[in-house]
Amino acid sequence: MEKIIEVQHLSKSFGENEVLKDINFSVHKGEVVCIIGSSGSGKSTLLRCINLLEKPSGGQIIYKGENILDDKHDVYKYRQKLGMVFQQFNLFNNHNVLSNCMVGQIKLLKRSKAEAEKVAMKYLKVVGMEQYINAKPKQLSGGQKQRVAIARALAMDPDVILFDEPTSALDPEMVGEVLKVMKELAESGLTMLVVTHEMGFAREVADRVVFMDKGVIAEEGTPEEIFTNPKQERTREFLKRTLAPQTSSQVSF
Amino acid sequence: MSLEWFIRIATEYWPMFLRGAGMTLLVSIISTLIGSIIGLIIGVIRTIPMPERGWKRLILKALDAVLGFYIAFFRGTPMIVQAMVIYYGAAMAFGIYMNLIFAAIFIVSINTGAYMAEIVRGGIISIDKGQFEAAHAIGMNHFQTMTNVVLPQVIRNILPATGNEFVINIKDTAVLNVISVSELFFQTKSIAGNNFRYFEAFSIACIVYFIMTYTVTRILRYFEKKLDGPETYTLNQMQVMTPEDMLRHTQN
Repeated sequence: MEKIIEVQHLSKSFGENEVLKDINFSVHKGEVVCIIGSSGSGKSTLLRCINLLEKPSGGQIIYKGENILDDKHDVYKYRQKLGMVFQQFNLFNNHNVLSNCMVGQIKLLKRSKAEAEKVAMKYLKVVGMEQYINAKPKQLSGGQKQRVAIARALAMDPDVILFDEPTSALDPEMVGEVLKVMKELAESGLTMLVVTHEMGFAREVADRVVFMDKGVIAEEGTPEEIFTNPKQERTREFLKRTLAPQTSSQVSF
Repeated sequence: MSLEWFIRIATEYWPMFLRGAGMTLLVSIISTLIGSIIGLIIGVIRTIPMPERGWKRLILKALDAVLGFYIAFFRGTPMIVQAMVIYYGAAMAFGIYMNLIFAAIFIVSINTGAYMAEIVRGGIISIDKGQFEAAHAIGMNHFQTMTNVVLPQVIRNILPATGNEFVINIKDTAVLNVISVSELFFQTKSIAGNNFRYFEAFSIACIVYFIMTYTVTRILRYFEKKLDGPETYTLNQMQVMTPEDMLRHTQN
């Protein structure tokens, strides 16, 4: 399987605070990798370093064979190949739903308005929001906004989509509708890197689960390995704490 | 001092009052527009992310310092003094005898620009960081982020403050009378000078100023509401899909 992204010896500090220490891992084409861990373990920072929203302090990020931390590398072209879905949705407030999905295509991928609209409608149908094309973000619910955010990322035809706790800001009822869309995307072969607290989703959909703790990857493996047979003590501790009160992980889809 | 004089001055000199008001509005509208554009450009420049090192950083720092001085100076000195310095300075130092209307617009624009730059900067800072992050994550550079996502929202947010600047300009153009621009104050001075009925003449001018500022305020409020659009999105406004429609859709 082709390696899309490889992270080598990545480190990131905010001033004195060392948030990421020597991270090494890779994402292959078509894989769904879920990153789990407690707050402060560095999961979101890792994701944000990968698409350079944060500047790493050290290490390399290899994208299709090239080190993107090189000075000469075009950051903007790189980011266009990586989609991101945020915890707070971050839809463009001055654009309606359809325009949100079109603006990136027109301005960055230089597609024609007609082509951009076709692609946008295609993905809005995939997430089930095609009836809301004229709605403004402030008129939508959280679950609807997140689905549009997913369509917006898909419309750029990226190689990978990064999901930063996509359901953490949603009501339990809306979590289900977003996870359903993500599951369908995973099944269609999309390469996904998901930071999440939804253990049920990780268990059912992930090809690989990465458990992070205090800035390092404590354990990595298939969902079966991590959830039923964790090797590390701290993995066991974490799973005990998070899986004990069964809440949204009970959502079956 | 009587009602009779009010009426007499109003009926006899209304063309002059009107011309003065026209000039006041012309100078205020154009200057507020130009000042806003200046403010937007400066706002964009001052929020460019500072490069870590290199000659680009030096240039940006220098530009930042120059713009900072411009803002501080034109906010820190009275516009009436700026008017004298610019108009007579241009004549004395450079031998340029400015066309009065051009001078008026130039002076008020430069002054407004300094205030608008700070208003825009405040507007940009108040935009949720997530908007920037989403634009960057999709691959936009600073300029694209500004023009496609941030500035449209900033413009909407600063409309109240911009409207405020407009109203202030309508009033402050009065100071241009010192360089003989024939706006409302200047006209009123002439009228009052003819009759020595200062109170009546300037009271009428006062009313005219108030009519202008109040009308402008109401119009701006209307535009703000229009820009915001409806609060909720009802599907019924657009396509109404009954279950039968949906079935037909999927069967096609």
